[in-house]
Amino acid sequence: MEVILRNLTKKFPSRDRKNHDDVIAVNDFNFTIPDGKLIGLLGSSGCGKSTTLNLISGLLKPTGGQIFFGEDDVTNLPPENRGIGLVFQNYALYPHLTVKKNIMFPLQNLKGKDKLSKEEMLKKVYEAAKLVQIEELMDRKPGELSGGQQQRVAIARALVKMPRVLLLDEPLSNLDARLRLQTREEIRRIQRETRITTIFVTHDQEEAMSISDMIVVMKEGVVQQIGKPQEVYDSPVNLFVAKFLGTPPINVFDGEVRNHKLYIGEDAVLEIKGIADQKVYVGIRPEGFILKEDGPLSCNLSGVEVMGRDISVVSTNKASLNPTVRAIVGTENKVSIGEVCVRFALKPSKVHIFNRETEEKLEFETLA
Amino acid sequence: MKRTKLDVSSLKGWLYLLPAILFLGFFMVYPLIDVFVYSFEEGYNSASQTYFGTGFYNYSYVLHDPYFLQAVKNTFILVIITVPLSTGIALLISVGLSSVKPLRELYQTVYFLPYVTNTLAVGLVFMILFKKTAYSDGLVNLLINWFGGSSVDFIDGPYWAKMFVLCFYTIWVVMPFKILILTSALSSVNQDYYNAARVDGTSKLRIFGRITLPMISPMIFYLVITGFIGAFKAYSDAVALFGTDLNAAEMNTIVGYVYDMLYGDSGGYPSYASAAAIILFAIVLTITCINLLISKKNVHY
Repeated sequence: MEVILRNLTKKFPSRDRKNHDDVIAVNDFNFTIPDGKLIGLLGSSGCGKSTTLNLISGLLKPTGGQIFFGEDDVTNLPPENRGIGLVFQNYALYPHLTVKKNIMFPLQNLKGKDKLSKEEMLKKVYEAAKLVQIEELMDRKPGELSGGQQQRVAIARALVKMPRVLLLDEPLSNLDARLRLQTREEIRRIQRETRITTIFVTHDQEEAMSISDMIVVMKEGVVQQIGKPQEVYDSPVNLFVAKFLGTPPINVFDGEVRNHKLYIGEDAVLEIKGIADQKVYVGIRPEGFILKEDGPLSCNLSGVEVMGRDISVVSTNKASLNPTVRAIVGTENKVSIGEVCVRFALKPSKVHIFNRETEEKLEFETLA
Repeated sequence: MKRTKLDVSSLKGWLYLLPAILFLGFFMVYPLIDVFVYSFEEGYNSASQTYFGTGFYNYSYVLHDPYFLQAVKNTFILVIITVPLSTGIALLISVGLSSVKPLRELYQTVYFLPYVTNTLAVGLVFMILFKKTAYSDGLVNLLINWFGGSSVDFIDGPYWAKMFVLCFYTIWVVMPFKILILTSALSSVNQDYYNAARVDGTSKLRIFGRITLPMISPMIFYLVITGFIGAFKAYSDAVALFGTDLNAAEMNTIVGYVYDMLYGDSGGYPSYASAAAIILFAIVLTITCINLLISKKNVHY
């Protein structure tokens, strides 16, 4: 089911006595979510991603704009008539009911021609349980399950009515690191098997990038960028998106473009064209550094972290906006601790230049 | 070596427990045992500390005393009517209170007022409301007349009328506390459960029956148990409405009977009072055990 959001806006009345301006949680959101895809809504807390999810679910009414599921305008439909499945952040499993009864709960609400017999219900419940692999837990209460198992039960409950759209609110935030990896694979698998359009909310960029077909990066209610994870990572539209994606985070420097040269401090690091002379921000991904004895960028070495697969060179630079500059280089490079100064060459594709005022990306080409 | 160490530490533990044990022993356990002993001592006289013999005579006397049987009947009627009704009405009001936004605090205060009002003062007000004398009618009788009925004397009149006032009064007095407990129980139910139920298209009635009730069942159970115990121990309510001569008014309760046997006009019979008290204890214990058994199935912690 395609989900279309058109000029979707949500304002909350201000609670502040001095400032009566409405709080705009979601501002003019336009997006067509393709059928059968897994979409990650990504942003720091308070950016409006959960509000967006609640607007799609119908638990909140939009202040403006429309929501379509395929051809149907569902903007004014109550949640129960939208055909959605919703997994809550805390799972919201009914603690007094067994797993089986929890999953069956949505089916028992069906009325009229949709009403199912006891056998049909049980059949559907076991299908859903099989999908999330919890068949052996059917007679337990939620309190007797681990976090990951509760998560699966919640997903089974959301899926048992075969919703048109599945919504997950911070599905992995209550799980420990190892379980998180496992469960995100699981969500991916379940989504592939059911081919239900799935939208999930997260503040963890790694989580969003690893399993989503597309990610939506939001900031203060405004959509910053929509695209495939790799595309968004490789060409962020502004400094916020660049900083938000990637661990370790991007290194940002004060820089300047002068006579077709990009300067970081006094070092001319790249020869470029396409940008008029101006002061800029320069973002360099950690993997964009090459250790080179005569490299143009010089930094003061403060330490080397060995991570097995690669090494991380930590250094400082006066022009850096982050306290340290972190470069990730291959293990074939040898850095001895005694050195005071390290020099880097840069990979142009990993360097992003942003306007000082608007913080938007400035396109450039390198002069080879 | 290890053993002495254990003894010292357990001795320390007992030392810490000593004040509580002494206090409870003197003021709870000893009187309880004493009452139990008195109930088997025939014709015990507290002044001379003498008795004729031991046996079940006290129980036999009490169980054959028409006043006691009347008191048991009154108490049971009171319990059976007021506990379910007051809990049910309190639940309805609490659900109503938690679904209205404006003026909620005002309503909560109004509903809580009876709790801070003196029982006897309220009893007096009720007496005036329900009274009928040769010359004047109370407010309730005026209302009955206005709707075309004839006046009933609720305070000195027929048995059912007096029982009605007693039940009405009891419900009114116990309600505030129940409403307080239930509104806080309702507000502690996580909103996500309701949202989850809404997304699944659950009807209001089903949400109430399948989600709200089980979620607050421990609190309801607590109210039912304390309600039963409280109603079995009713006494001051009856006095407030009908005065101290409850036997004459046919409105005595078991606790009232115990009091009368000790200090009333027919008083001076601690053995009979003890037997009656033990019987009350047995009744309350039985009912509470039944409650606990029922709760095992229906209360979800």
